[in-house]
Amino acid sequence: MTLDTVKHAGETPDTEQPWAELGLKQDEYERIRTILGRRPTGAELAMYSVMWSEHCSYKSSKVHLRQFGEKAPENDALLVGIGENAGVVDVGQGYAVTFKVESHNHPSYIEPYQGAATGVGGIVRDILAMGARPVAVMDPLRFGAADHPDTKRVLPGVVAGIGGYGNCLGLPNIGGEVVFDACYQGNPLVNALCVGVMKHEDIHLAKASGTGNKVILYGARTGGDGIGGVSVLASETFDDSKPTKRPAVQVGDPFQEKLLIECTLEIFREDLVDGIQDLGGAGLSCATSELASAGSGGMRVELDRVPLRDATLSPEEILMSESQERMCAIVEPGKVDRFLEICEKWDVIATVIGEVTDGERLEIFWHGEQIVDVPPRTVAHEGPVYERPFARPDWQDALQADDANKLARPETAEELREQVLKVISSPNQASKSWITDQYDRFVQGNTVLAQPEDSGMVRVDEDTNLGVAVATDGNGRYAKLDPYAGAQLALAESYRNVAASGARPLAISNCLNFGSPEDPAVMWQFAEATRGLADGCLELGTPVTGGNVSLYNQTGETAIHPTPVVAVLGVIDDVNRRTPIAFSDEGHLLYLLGDTKEELGGSAWSQVVHDHLGGLPPAVDLGREKLLAEILISASRDGMVDAAHDLSDGGLIQAVAESCLRGGKGARIVTPDDTDPFVFLFSESAGRAVVAVPRSEELRFTDMCGARGLPATRIGVVDGEEIDIQGQFSIPLAELREAHEATIPALLA
Amino acid sequence: MTARVGVITFPGTLDDRDTQRAVRIAGLDPVPLWHRDKDLKQVDAVVLPGGFSYGDYLRAGAISRFSPVMETVIEQAKGGMPVLGICNGFQVLTETHLLPGAMLRNNHLHFICREQKLRVENANTAWTSDYEAGQEISIPLKNIDGRYVADEHTLDELEAEGRVVFRYLGGNPNGSLRDIAGITNAAGNVVGLMPHPEHAVEPLVGTGRTDGLGFFTSLLKKLVNA
Repeated sequence: MTLDTVKHAGETPDTEQPWAELGLKQDEYERIRTILGRRPTGAELAMYSVMWSEHCSYKSSKVHLRQFGEKAPENDALLVGIGENAGVVDVGQGYAVTFKVESHNHPSYIEPYQGAATGVGGIVRDILAMGARPVAVMDPLRFGAADHPDTKRVLPGVVAGIGGYGNCLGLPNIGGEVVFDACYQGNPLVNALCVGVMKHEDIHLAKASGTGNKVILYGARTGGDGIGGVSVLASETFDDSKPTKRPAVQVGDPFQEKLLIECTLEIFREDLVDGIQDLGGAGLSCATSELASAGSGGMRVELDRVPLRDATLSPEEILMSESQERMCAIVEPGKVDRFLEICEKWDVIATVIGEVTDGERLEIFWHGEQIVDVPPRTVAHEGPVYERPFARPDWQDALQADDANKLARPETAEELREQVLKVISSPNQASKSWITDQYDRFVQGNTVLAQPEDSGMVRVDEDTNLGVAVATDGNGRYAKLDPYAGAQLALAESYRNVAASGARPLAISNCLNFGSPEDPAVMWQFAEATRGLADGCLELGTPVTGGNVSLYNQTGETAIHPTPVVAVLGVIDDVNRRTPIAFSDEGHLLYLLGDTKEELGGSAWSQVVHDHLGGLPPAVDLGREKLLAEILISASRDGMVDAAHDLSDGGLIQAVAESCLRGGKGARIVTPDDTDPFVFLFSESAGRAVVAVPRSEELRFTDMCGARGLPATRIGVVDGEEIDIQGQFSIPLAELREAHEATIPALLA
Repeated sequence: MTARVGVITFPGTLDDRDTQRAVRIAGLDPVPLWHRDKDLKQVDAVVLPGGFSYGDYLRAGAISRFSPVMETVIEQAKGGMPVLGICNGFQVLTETHLLPGAMLRNNHLHFICREQKLRVENANTAWTSDYEAGQEISIPLKNIDGRYVADEHTLDELEAEGRVVFRYLGGNPNGSLRDIAGITNAAGNVVGLMPHPEHAVEPLVGTGRTDGLGFFTSLLKKLVNA
């Protein structure tokens, strides 16, 4: 096979090219020809195809995502915003925190272990590339029905992959979610979040500037795995004589990644890099074009210098490979020797593959012959943008009219008790410790809070006790009923969780999981959810720092529930002041904060007891969320509460049960006079939390709530060894624990 | 004055910085040691921390055992220098035969991370003198290859000589024979265990308990106050 050089492409304008197989549309292919003034070479076509894929270019979502910038609240804390590998937030004392949540949904369905493992690896490298030491990970996960046979294939593989990779990196896994719903049967959602910490002066950006600076590729050798992972490519398209059916899923090596982390941090400490980018989706195509595009524009790469695992790889395959555990750095010539020395110390392969040039073209050579000559911006940042049609689906009205508040309710106290146990033992509401106990939450020795707490919290500074907290939340059922409100409810819950732990919410990242953008109904859900999230962030004052969009989560005509997952990052000045969820001291008074309305649409109760999804989700009041958060943070800082737990799916009874089980103490609960016991226990009204207040602090606490106008209702006391809903029923803790903890092991172990 | 405690970093070691912190909290002076360096920098004791050295791809601890640093550690351990192997470090110590037996994959085949109750069976080693024999402690456990095995003869010998230092309580987490969580050599200077004392030295983080601090204060007493 002759090499398709730039010269050759110029001489053979009529050569047929596999643009359709590479996932490009005809007009996109024509546009590439217009940009270049000739047909692209095979290597150029490979680069454009992966970089212009939905995953890399955000071509369907871009027009909506712009709102996150346009509606961004004034916020001094944001140091680096959307567009870099991850956003960076100022948390005080000279520290900056970077965090991001990303999806690895499709690969995790095909190959659960490697899909989930490399999802962790990818997000960790994004954080590392910003200049930060990764300090924690979290995994929001969604699977099909808990009792579906395929869930038994996917879930244990995903969990083992996250554990196998993350545990080996020495990153504490401090939270996340596990949700089951039949809508995710063929499309599990495997989202991964990483948090990193650095000093302000250590922030690094992905750009190549400084003519003559060297381009160094370091980390693992490049193999034939993950080719076209971001597009629809199969590798045999290029050359039929090669082995076929190479997996489009990458294969991870966490040991290599651990070395890469330590090696990169040592390189940062000695200030040896000008710009840096990790290699993830679209591999070298992405790293070289993004670095050049964000820098001065010119770069020359000798592709044949790339160390390979498989010597038969073609230049197109090398450009598209998504082999893991690789990074690309821009290094001044005088610092190259020291850079390579540190890599050698850590047994990391490093190769100078090119340099920054004074031109404005990205030029790639293969054994001296030029195979790529493109303006890098056209590859990396000026891809196609679509205004996809969207329309409110015709079934939306009927869905909202199917009111969950009209479902049959328990008629006796005995029946109410049965339903409480049924909800608490249902897969979504049951304890997930069988899963989370497969993750290391202790490593690094800074974990202050981890699952099942409301947020994960790590100490940032050992001397000052500065800390950060992160929570992730999403509720596809709410978002299906109303995507605008659903996105805001996810934001509100995550915000509330961070505040309940005592931390002040600062900024968010998001992972927007939806069906096919080619379906106007899905596109409407997406448009509504992004609008809701952008409006919500503006009102709460928490900017979007970055995130990820995952589309095409659908099987045939059936899309998943629209599932915006929101991660909120908060800061706490002194982690000693954190508030756990556990009710651990008898005699402490329980207060319900917020208003309880009759809101059962999308609730856990409606799902578990009636297998129902209809009506409207709980009403959103972001002003109330802000007030509640302020109260929770003040109470934590001033030592007025001993425990706090946010109320969300499952309602009050879920929160009380979790807090009692966590602390090993019971509670006597009194239903307020004006409230129906059923609604009191199961309503999912937003903007609520339950707190345990020491008697000595009661007056101070209620005065504060009263002064600021937050309803605070005394609903009981921590006491005994059962949950006693007075006048209704009681459940011994042992029975409750069995109901809550036996479900997941029984289904999966 | 205090004593110098070396903490070895192998490629893939994870708990080295945590162990250095624990050493520091106990009032000792942590000294980072690098796997390629035979020089132990005149330390008075060595800790082999947890992690996945060399990815544990061959067998946990099997490659680290051949690191240059281990040559010196083995030599000095035989001369009586206190050595503690935690988790992966314990696995390395069995690979070097400083301690008998071996670790297999957990019987349930999963990684497990939880608080683990232990009973201190031997409070006469360099690393356990601050505990009392029979004392119950709770420290984190986190591993996938934690099932301690040895032949019956070796197990009998360990029991007879009082060399079982820790036993699992409240449920054997991995199928370890005779509930063994940690052992020592005949001289009592080399101790290995699977659970992680270095993650239980501050009330604020981890499990919120400080039951692991005794390992390091025991050492301090032996080295400084002896």
